[in-house]
Amino acid sequence: MVNSKSARRMNGVSHTVLFLLTFLALVPFLILISSSFSEDTQIIKYGYSMFPRGFSMDAYGYILTNFSVIGRAYGVTIAVTVIGTAASLIITNLGAYMLSQDDLPGVKVLMFLVVFTMLFSGGLVPTYYIYTQVFHLKDTLWCLIVPNLLLNAFNIILIRNYYRFSIPKAIVESARIDGAGEFTTFVRIVFPLSLPITATVGLLTAIMFWNDWQNGLYYLTGTEWYSIQQVLRVMSSQITFLSNGTDSTQGVNRDIPTTTIRMAIAVVAIAPILIAYPFFQKYFVKGITLGAVKE
Amino acid sequence: MASMGKTKKLKKKRDWKHFIPYYLMGLPMVIYLFINNYMPLYGLLFAFKDVNMRKGVMGSPWVGLKNFEFLFRTDDAFIMTRNTVLYNLAFLVLGPVLGITVAICLNSIKGGRSSKIYQTSILLPHLMSMVVVSYIVYAFLDQNSGIFNALLTAFGGEGVNWYADAGKWPFILIFVNQWYSIGFSSIIYLSSICGISQEYYEAAELDGASKWQQITQITLPLLKGTIIMMTIMGLGRMFRSDFGLFYQVPMNTGALYSTTQTIDTYVFRGLMQLGNFGMSAAAGFYQSIVGFILVVTANTVIKKISAEDALF
Repeated sequence: MVNSKSARRMNGVSHTVLFLLTFLALVPFLILISSSFSEDTQIIKYGYSMFPRGFSMDAYGYILTNFSVIGRAYGVTIAVTVIGTAASLIITNLGAYMLSQDDLPGVKVLMFLVVFTMLFSGGLVPTYYIYTQVFHLKDTLWCLIVPNLLLNAFNIILIRNYYRFSIPKAIVESARIDGAGEFTTFVRIVFPLSLPITATVGLLTAIMFWNDWQNGLYYLTGTEWYSIQQVLRVMSSQITFLSNGTDSTQGVNRDIPTTTIRMAIAVVAIAPILIAYPFFQKYFVKGITLGAVKE
Repeated sequence: MASMGKTKKLKKKRDWKHFIPYYLMGLPMVIYLFINNYMPLYGLLFAFKDVNMRKGVMGSPWVGLKNFEFLFRTDDAFIMTRNTVLYNLAFLVLGPVLGITVAICLNSIKGGRSSKIYQTSILLPHLMSMVVVSYIVYAFLDQNSGIFNALLTAFGGEGVNWYADAGKWPFILIFVNQWYSIGFSSIIYLSSICGISQEYYEAAELDGASKWQQITQITLPLLKGTIIMMTIMGLGRMFRSDFGLFYQVPMNTGALYSTTQTIDTYVFRGLMQLGNFGMSAAAGFYQSIVGFILVVTANTVIKKISAEDALF
């Protein structure tokens, strides 16, 4: 009797707490989306709201008429995400496979070189110096992809452990007995078996590339390679960016629905993630759990 | 004997050849780590130089500890260290408390669609970039159109100029950080809770223990290992900060620096906006070295408690 009462109370408390947090998590997105469909003058007069104030597609219309800037930025974001994720997964998987060979001479040293990157980092100034003065990546597409983002020691270790413990040695041995070389064995047998973990790591990597704005902040001086996050960042202070496509402060045109445009671009930037989220959330949760337990 | 030695030698030779493909596979990773993580280490020498980016590390003249002297003579060094450490301490305490609370709630209604909807929603902020988060925060805090000021005036109060009032930002940033990361940390604790054997709870039920007693007597004690581990790892990161949270969310507002400046934002501003390369390099060096000592210490402690959880 006491128990069932306690269980019911626990259930009630849990639902209350979780409902409240769900509300707090979702409301900001509701505000973002509602504002983008509001009338600009209404927002200025009455402020942001959970529900559209008036209804207007002006902001989206404005984005469409100035599509060259947003379209290009969107293209850059997609290119960065696709190239970055693919390159990252290939390098990570190949490296992790090498590190999974326990009998490889020097593998302990190589492993330490990977782990050390988690302990010590040179920081922004030296990294900035290397990429701008030695490799001259400034104002190229590559400066959005390469610095800091391509490899992550955590993912390397995660996939290495998968290769070591979750892939049956017998399968690899039998391929070798059949005369397959190391590369063939990796491409045909080992890599396909690692797809579950590779997909999870790939998802987290793709989200990271889609959302990254710091590399753009550090390494872009011009606007040519602005990604959608870059446009958003600049728009938060300079609304004219969209119309003249440059990072300069000029007089604000009064006809531009400035407030709602900002929100509309933010909606456009997060839309792909919001739409795809229900489908990938299972893998996203799995990725976080894997990262936490390290194996 | 002689022939045996020969075959052994042959085998060794073949083995060596058979390793080459593995080294080739690992080569891209090694090259990238060299460029991205090891070459910059030599740039740390900038901290002891009169920095000139064009002349490079070797070309810039030595100045000894001048950069550090200048840095620690200003208030900046104290402010950014204080902010970085205090924010991290707040996150370190609140993170587990809120994360475990949510994890226990999710676990108690486990199964069913509602728990999945809750979890999916609470995790959503974690999918956003800090730029998008800064837009959301702005919608609440903007002086004229923000929701907070609308609410304040609606209840007869007065609007606040949030982006000019540094004293309020510790609360704002801690709240935003928890809002952003609570879904993430709750998943980590939930996976630990799911690992607890059901038998403990069944035995407790038989003894007539209430749910609250089960939480305090079974769940929390068994989570101790995870909590300690997460805390020590957090202590190891004490000198690092989320650049986006402290730079973009306050919209890089000068009036707020006293409560929003962290080591990372200081290094960035020195390098990119103020052209204060020497002090920026010194602050970065300071962060790297102290950060390294903290991580290694944390790892040593973890190794003592549970060797398999240690990084190295």
